[in-house]
Amino acid sequence: MYERKKQYAISILLILLTAVLCFFVVDLIGYRAVALILLLAVSVNAILFDILPVMLSALLSALIWNFLFIPPVFTLHIGTAEDGLMFLMYFVIAFINAVLTYKIREYEQKEQDEEKKANAIKLYNTLLNSLSHELRTPIATIIGSVDTIKDNNTQLSEDMRNELYSEIETAGYRLNRQVENLLSMSRLEAGIIQPKKDWCDLNELVFTVIHDLREDSRNHTIKFVPRENLPLFRLDGGLVEQILHNLIYNAIQYTPENTVISIDVERVNLYCRITVADCGKGFPEEEIDLVFDKFYRLNRTGTGGTGLGLSIVKGFTEAMSGKVTLQNLPQGGAQFIIEIPSEFSQNVDPEHE
Amino acid sequence: MNKAEILIIDDEPQIRKLLRINLESNDYKVVQASDAKEGLTLAATHPPDLILLDIGLPDKNGHLLLQELREWYNKPIIMLSVQNSEEDIVSALDNGATDYLTKPFRTGELLARIRSAIRRSQNTENHSVVIAGELEIDLIARTVKKTGEMIKLTSTEYNLLALFAKNEGKVLTHQLLLKEIWGYSYQQETQYLRVFVGTLRKKIEDNPNHPEYIVTESGVGYRFQQPL
Repeated sequence: MYERKKQYAISILLILLTAVLCFFVVDLIGYRAVALILLLAVSVNAILFDILPVMLSALLSALIWNFLFIPPVFTLHIGTAEDGLMFLMYFVIAFINAVLTYKIREYEQKEQDEEKKANAIKLYNTLLNSLSHELRTPIATIIGSVDTIKDNNTQLSEDMRNELYSEIETAGYRLNRQVENLLSMSRLEAGIIQPKKDWCDLNELVFTVIHDLREDSRNHTIKFVPRENLPLFRLDGGLVEQILHNLIYNAIQYTPENTVISIDVERVNLYCRITVADCGKGFPEEEIDLVFDKFYRLNRTGTGGTGLGLSIVKGFTEAMSGKVTLQNLPQGGAQFIIEIPSEFSQNVDPEHE
Repeated sequence: MNKAEILIIDDEPQIRKLLRINLESNDYKVVQASDAKEGLTLAATHPPDLILLDIGLPDKNGHLLLQELREWYNKPIIMLSVQNSEEDIVSALDNGATDYLTKPFRTGELLARIRSAIRRSQNTENHSVVIAGELEIDLIARTVKKTGEMIKLTSTEYNLLALFAKNEGKVLTHQLLLKEIWGYSYQQETQYLRVFVGTLRKKIEDNPNHPEYIVTESGVGYRFQQPL
């Protein structure tokens, strides 16, 4: 919106300009047509500005029309009863025009605000739904399993009991992962992430993440062939670790069992490039840009998840001035590429000290 | 041998209970305190063999309590924390914490850490030969053998391994390792450490990609341990 003073100035200027233009052509078109042209100028003002400047321009244009165009010209006197009626009509129409246009705009604004509010509520509900689902499911598992174990009336075989114990264990880990994600997200939202750079052996880091995910990945094949000459990078190892963890975990969750997930780390110019590729179905092209949005989840996927994992990947990567890209592979599957600008080590030869 | 006595200082009754049941069923004697004041009094009146100290206490920051305890208490203190903040952990270790565990932790791991900490604190005489799994490190002859075969190490690699071996089971921070091996002015040069740990692993580990002897404590340092 324009500021007040500017609105008055522009609307008055527009009316004056229109009047001057009309003054030169009034002989060609007649003074009644001028009234319509002036009304048009008032309408334009009504579309652009607040109600007061518009009212003012309606009043001004009526007076100008009377003074400059209605005979006798250069007086406010109106010669015929017909012109008097016309002047009155002009006045009324100009004001109705101003008020109605303004009202419509106000209404549209309200509509927009309400839509925004509705979207916010929708997002909030999505969050609540997925959160309550993601947190309550493991909690329900824990409470339910413990009840079953404690209930003396049920005949539990040793196997069944052990199964329940491992359900409780899995649920605990799941809860922990969700809390970890929520904490990361709130750190990102609060904007308090300050990357702590230190020299990292990324090959070692990848193996650590693979090791941490060994239980989750037992139905997948994780392929990682470390590059022999990979330098050390100066990065925040903790952030990179969580980025990798989320990417691999995501691939495990959303690709079919017994498929391969491959990881690669390389130096490309002044960047450290990490690639995680899977053999799943890939992403629908039109949704690729949405993947990193908070709470985004593919509609067709039934697996749990708060939709936070990938937005944390993006947030952490960007916190290190890097960028993340996602593409579908020609042979099927998707590929995430993380590129982070980084210093890298020159060779330190251990045998020459 | 007497039962070792452990003092738990943690304000969460559920955690205390879990720890108590676990430790008692493993033949430890357990004393509990729910805040720093009580913990300090209990530790002073009847010094335990080990203290489990939660960093987030209601009446005093666990780091402060650690410093106060360390003025006179020289047995192991294992820190428990809910925050996986590396800075927190490093500062606790610098202030004399023996070890740390981040909640949630596995009780098996807790017991292993407690055993290792108590063993180290009771073993005051220096061993000239450290044996870990298939490794045999002779600190007098400065030789390292794996399954009886001599391993050739450079002098820096040997110094690093010897430092690890003397502190078996204990996490050593990057700064401490750099200071001890390379000297005071090298404390920020973590790339040296990465490179030498890498080459050392290639020589002593069965699979350097999944090290069993020298394990990484992310963002904190390394720990030399008996392979599991």
